[in-house]
Amino acid sequence: MQIKESSKVYDVIIVGSGAGGGMATKVLSEAGLKVAVVEAGPFYDPANPEQSTQLKWPYESPRRGANTRRAFGDFDALYGGWDIKGEPYTVAEGTEFNWFRARMLGGRTNHWGRISLRFSQRDFKHKDIDGLGENWPIGYEDVKPYYDKVDKLIGLFGSKENLENEPDGFFLPPPKPRLHELFYIKGARKSNIPVIPSRMSMVTKKINDDRGVCFYCGQCNRSCQVYADFSSGSCLIFPAQKNGGQIDMYVNAMVREVLTDEEGRATGVSYINKEDRKEYSLKGKVVVLAASACSSARILLNSKSKQHPNGLGNSSDVVGRYLHDSTGASRAAFIPELMNRDVSYNEDGVGGMHVYTPWWGDHSKLDFARGYHIEVWGGMGMPGYGFGFNPNDLNRFFGEKIGGYGEHLRDDVKKYYGSVLGMSGRGEAIARKDNYCEIDPSVVDEWGIPVLRFNYKWSDQEIKQTKHMQDTFEEIIHNMGGIALGDKPGAANNYGLTKPGEIIHEVGTTRMGNDPKTSVVNKFQQLHEADNVFIVDAGPFVSQADKNPTWTILALSWRTSDYIVQQLKAQNI
Amino acid sequence: MDRRESLKSIVLGSLAGSFALSCKGELEEQELAVIADGATVYGRTAEEKAIDEQLYAEQFFNEHEMDTLRVLCALILPANSEFGSATDAGSPDFIEFMAKDYPAFQQRLRGGLMWLDHESNIRFEKEFKFLEELNQKQLLDGIAYYDYDTPSSKRPFEVNFFSLVRNLTLTGYFTSEMGIKDLGYKGNTPNVWDGVPQEVLDKHGVSYEKEWLAKCIDQSKRADLAQWDDEGNLLT
Repeated sequence: MQIKESSKVYDVIIVGSGAGGGMATKVLSEAGLKVAVVEAGPFYDPANPEQSTQLKWPYESPRRGANTRRAFGDFDALYGGWDIKGEPYTVAEGTEFNWFRARMLGGRTNHWGRISLRFSQRDFKHKDIDGLGENWPIGYEDVKPYYDKVDKLIGLFGSKENLENEPDGFFLPPPKPRLHELFYIKGARKSNIPVIPSRMSMVTKKINDDRGVCFYCGQCNRSCQVYADFSSGSCLIFPAQKNGGQIDMYVNAMVREVLTDEEGRATGVSYINKEDRKEYSLKGKVVVLAASACSSARILLNSKSKQHPNGLGNSSDVVGRYLHDSTGASRAAFIPELMNRDVSYNEDGVGGMHVYTPWWGDHSKLDFARGYHIEVWGGMGMPGYGFGFNPNDLNRFFGEKIGGYGEHLRDDVKKYYGSVLGMSGRGEAIARKDNYCEIDPSVVDEWGIPVLRFNYKWSDQEIKQTKHMQDTFEEIIHNMGGIALGDKPGAANNYGLTKPGEIIHEVGTTRMGNDPKTSVVNKFQQLHEADNVFIVDAGPFVSQADKNPTWTILALSWRTSDYIVQQLKAQNI
Repeated sequence: MDRRESLKSIVLGSLAGSFALSCKGELEEQELAVIADGATVYGRTAEEKAIDEQLYAEQFFNEHEMDTLRVLCALILPANSEFGSATDAGSPDFIEFMAKDYPAFQQRLRGGLMWLDHESNIRFEKEFKFLEELNQKQLLDGIAYYDYDTPSSKRPFEVNFFSLVRNLTLTGYFTSEMGIKDLGYKGNTPNVWDGVPQEVLDKHGVSYEKEWLAKCIDQSKRADLAQWDDEGNLLT
């Protein structure tokens, strides 16, 4: 086969355009470097009326937003999902993993929950406290300046709370709580469980001229057409282009491997152009992988050469290992006091919760490691597919008949509209060597690229943590005067613990460390075994905290990008 | 007024109100320019458009089945003095679309409609759609209610069939323009969230704490560029 080579040599080739790739694109291009961004999906701009789903009504979709075609429904911005046609992955017998992938410019940032939490000093050095997992080779003091810069560049709302494990930042003011959130605050406080304003990356106040200000449609998962929420394309890549960055965008370009020379250093990447189904190569002085933790691991494992027979950066056999996702569990409650809502006002608010509970536990009294935060949901949302299903099941709490037909169904739906509140726990799992992804030798995708096989099992730590979530949910529900819905998940189903991968916080596959025998990248996210290859997605995460990973991906990507600029200037790489 | 125009006026209306105290006009302009350009498509990729078109081109239910669905949907949610029935709001067409979009529904729905006619023929010697409303209701009374504690897998087929039709009928209705108006949902439009109205707080016996409110956005300053001191205290 003839691989088509481009004669142009880029300073940096960035693989992937999500949080990590977007930030690298911005910082590196604004430093004057010639950058190629290689994205496996199409171009996407939420301001493009052809692509925007924001402010659409459910009846504009013939399936009323059902998720038969898009994983999170017709109006969700994301292209990709749990299953991508022609791009399978496999799971080893007796283990489970669900892998969510984006295929679009901006990646998963186009629809994520925007929960933007900093890791604390404890999060970076948790092994010192409980002996589990591994410490990061860096601490909060290394990342803090970058968290600060990310806050100011991208914008997030929140409040200064002076909590040791929830470092404060440069916040925009948060929105006021909604009605059901006031009930949650009351219920949680009765059990001395803290509740504070959410910390999420929607712009509640003007932050710069590139970005609009939130107009409270509650649809951040549809990606904002005035760029009032953080999406990588609209907030990093487009502004970088506007600022005159030399950025060549390769979309629908699926990277197969990193190409290396006789010394084992990267010379570029090869990719499949999905439009003409041909293989191409791009030359670059530096390669930055930002394809997502598992996709970057896959690229490294598929980058085999004489110098790197076990895959690039993998003589340690660590690539793909220490994969971990957040734990997750949920419970919903019926709050009789929230029946018969006054519908005279619009309470869409921002997309997602206005308040949340950061981890508060005291491990001297607990039988599991690490913690979780609690997210709250409910309210008088816009109807979509599924609205009105089992319209009067809640009648059972009043001894009334369930089902029926006729005019009373109208009343039932209205009576219960907005009376159900839910809680979701999102916790920290322990990174383990034996939870990993590897290349499945017997399967390739439609681009001819060997696919990943996952091996992942939860341990007692995660299961016990989830039991604690469920007990906590019930306590709060009771405090709110609510009635927990459904049966309480028990030991037989791991207390409702989600399957690995389902929370879409998978991290750890190319972990950071000082020792090349036990880690893949150094503290600047630079491959130990090829000094011009960097990883700026969540692969380098040593542990994942009970925090959503995005804000840390952004801070570390910026830090690594600064390091790349400095190393190029010093002619070290 | 087309949707684009009406959206524009809503934006103008709500923001003009909220910005009465702010002398900066910039922000409104910016939001308007983009939103007013919104087209009536719902953001499909080429592949998704092709799927929708293909599904629209197919017909799953035959005319008799569609007639029966129309009767059924209107019985499930009839018109009242203010609003039309679920059939008026388009639930039967929505069910037809879902049957094609989610083929697992096909056998359950089609088999259920056959069951309905069969039962109707036995009891009243007519197909369901030709029955007097009184007889239609007599028949539905036997399948429209269920015991919550019996798992659906243990309930009779016809009860599950009716539950499915009821669910789709109601979703079809409450996601229609008419149903949203009936429900009274006020969102999906640019606005400025400034908390729960006092009378609603009072009605539910809750209130905002002063300390909490002090942290929240002062919406009259949302157009002022954010600036902080070195400690992260917002100055603007």
